[in-house]
Amino acid sequence: MMKKLLAAAALAAPLAALSLATPALASEGGARLEHAPIDVRDLASLQSGAKTFVNYCLNCHSASLVRYTQLRDIGLSDDQIRDYLIFNGGKVGELMTVSMPRKDAKEWFGAVPPDLSVTARSRGADWLYSYLRGFYRDPATLTGWNNTVYPNVGMPHPMWELQGERTLVHDDNGGEGHGALAAAPTFDVTRPGKLTPTEYDATVRDLTNFMVWMAEPHQLKRREMGMWVLMGLAVLTFVSWLLYKNYWKDVH
Amino acid sequence: MANGTTTANGVKGTVNGKPGAGQQLLDWVDARFPLTVLWKSQIADYYAPKNMNFWYFFGSLALLVLVNQIVTGIFLTMNYKPDANLAFASVEYIMREVPYGWLIRYMHSTGASAFFIVVYLHMFRGLMYGSFRKPRELTWIFGVLIFLALMAEAFFGYLLPWGQMSYWGAQVIVNLFGAIPVIGEDLAVWIRGDFVVGDATLNRFFAFHVIAIPLVLVGLVAAHLIALHETGSNNPDGVEIKKLKDPKTGHPVDGIPFHPYYTVKDLFGASIFLILFSLVVFFAPELGGYFLEHNNFIPADPLKTPSHIAPVWYFTPYYSILRATTESVMPWLAAFVALVALLTAISVRRKWARLLALGIGAVLVVGFFALEAKVWGVVLMGVSVLIFFALPWLDKSPVKSIRYKGPIFKTMLALFVISFIVLGYLGILPPTPIGTIVSQVFMFVYFGFFLLMPWYSAIDSHKPEPKRVTG
Repeated sequence: MMKKLLAAAALAAPLAALSLATPALASEGGARLEHAPIDVRDLASLQSGAKTFVNYCLNCHSASLVRYTQLRDIGLSDDQIRDYLIFNGGKVGELMTVSMPRKDAKEWFGAVPPDLSVTARSRGADWLYSYLRGFYRDPATLTGWNNTVYPNVGMPHPMWELQGERTLVHDDNGGEGHGALAAAPTFDVTRPGKLTPTEYDATVRDLTNFMVWMAEPHQLKRREMGMWVLMGLAVLTFVSWLLYKNYWKDVH
Repeated sequence: MANGTTTANGVKGTVNGKPGAGQQLLDWVDARFPLTVLWKSQIADYYAPKNMNFWYFFGSLALLVLVNQIVTGIFLTMNYKPDANLAFASVEYIMREVPYGWLIRYMHSTGASAFFIVVYLHMFRGLMYGSFRKPRELTWIFGVLIFLALMAEAFFGYLLPWGQMSYWGAQVIVNLFGAIPVIGEDLAVWIRGDFVVGDATLNRFFAFHVIAIPLVLVGLVAAHLIALHETGSNNPDGVEIKKLKDPKTGHPVDGIPFHPYYTVKDLFGASIFLILFSLVVFFAPELGGYFLEHNNFIPADPLKTPSHIAPVWYFTPYYSILRATTESVMPWLAAFVALVALLTAISVRRKWARLLALGIGAVLVVGFFALEAKVWGVVLMGVSVLIFFALPWLDKSPVKSIRYKGPIFKTMLALFVISFIVLGYLGILPPTPIGTIVSQVFMFVYFGFFLLMPWYSAIDSHKPEPKRVTG
């Protein structure tokens, strides 16, 4: 028994060491990240997020690894996809590319806006959620916009109409309280947006949710299939255990 | 005992005294190919010790993972494009549009890490029970060669998704060759096929990953198994079961046929393994950024160096040794090498061996100060892997298994495992002054386990080995 415990401990130790050292998702400067309250099973939220994505992101950013037909998986029909989500007369079988030429983009923003297909997997949901809620007015930058999560970001606030304009009052970021210990930054609203802060947060949550889904469209199927596979393996384990015990009962 | 329905000389395969159709077919094959002979000699009549425990699952599991990697790899190759402009998108195409492509890809990416987990545990088993010792030196050496091939396979394969970590990881490792004096820079260019990692590099790494290394790997696995079946398996007691045979049957009294005993036992082990494997594949394929790194979801960008480049977890112990080799540690390394050289010179009997030990020691000590530390970092990283080859000749204990070895060996093995884990852990993190000092200390522990073994294993106490296995 003792030996089994030792063996288990030997196996568990490296795993425990790994879990302590979980590599943090990159947030420049270690900014404080809010937990994104997302749920990729929530189809209404995903559909709302899809609408925000094509309206506010897809003008400059591509999602060129995603095909519009994939959106059937979040409960949309081909007609709905064509009527509400495709603006450039494209077909539903096409990829979510962007019509803005790369050269223009480079001239306007200093860099080509990155493709967003798998950004949720490199940045993480919390980063996206905090970043999209972190914009404020800053006359010192080229675009007139800055961000608490991504300082001196090249992108102007894409959803300023919705959130309105704010100035930064206080931000601990980079000061004494770093990362999770820092207090949330505070802002002054200089011009209210079309949405209330609560509505804006919900919009960003849905958009984040959609981007997390988009980064791995088969994730729900993966988990569902996993349950069946585990059940099958449980049966296999039981049968092979019976076989093993039965064959080995005469080995002394 | 349940036997197959047909046996070479069995009564079961006969119908009314005449051989049945199945038996006739088997006879036809056996007259032309030693099918029954192979089946019997390698599986059904291969007698394995009856006391092989938990730690003996990992050999068959490594074989299972190898098969998984080959089968999923074939399907990935059908849709992957080894082209710097297409590679990243083709992987995502597999993830999104190829039916069950995501499953194949996750099985392959999880399999890569699983391969190292089971191989490390398999090697640890060998260290514990002295499986590397006479007469199994060649089994061990083939095993270390498999380990080397596996590392090459993982390294080449990691470039293929063409993400930022793929790209910069390959860049860092290939640049290590640039540290070699005189020929280094040219060698690095020759490996890459370009001045930076690029399309040419991706194409050749693809070739190595899908055909060159797998061929070598499969050949080495065959050699590993042939050598093992020649000597017979070791066991947790480290006693040779072949020494005591039943005079009537000629089989070892402590042996049982591999089939069906260990086939059913390994089937059970494989089932448990597959449950753990599936938990990762279906519920945590990135495993918190260890099996699939976050940065690798950003396409490779030769103009944007990530702030922190770390290899995948299974390479980090050796990477730590590379980073730990700084200018400040060279005097300590020199002292350590001098100590080992002196100990060797005192211990060996032949005069030429004595001179050789002192000569090598002197050359190394001078070299530590003549060449820059970076070069020695690369050398030590290589040595930290290659040193496993020497193990059969380093252990001077009269007993094989840890069960009968003394407290010094047990302590050293525990320290070695701790140093491996600590070095691996530190290799994941960005370098810090304290982290560097800790990794330097554990680097000495790591090498001390091997290089001081001839002396500590000789002076260590031991309990007498039993005549027979103890169950």
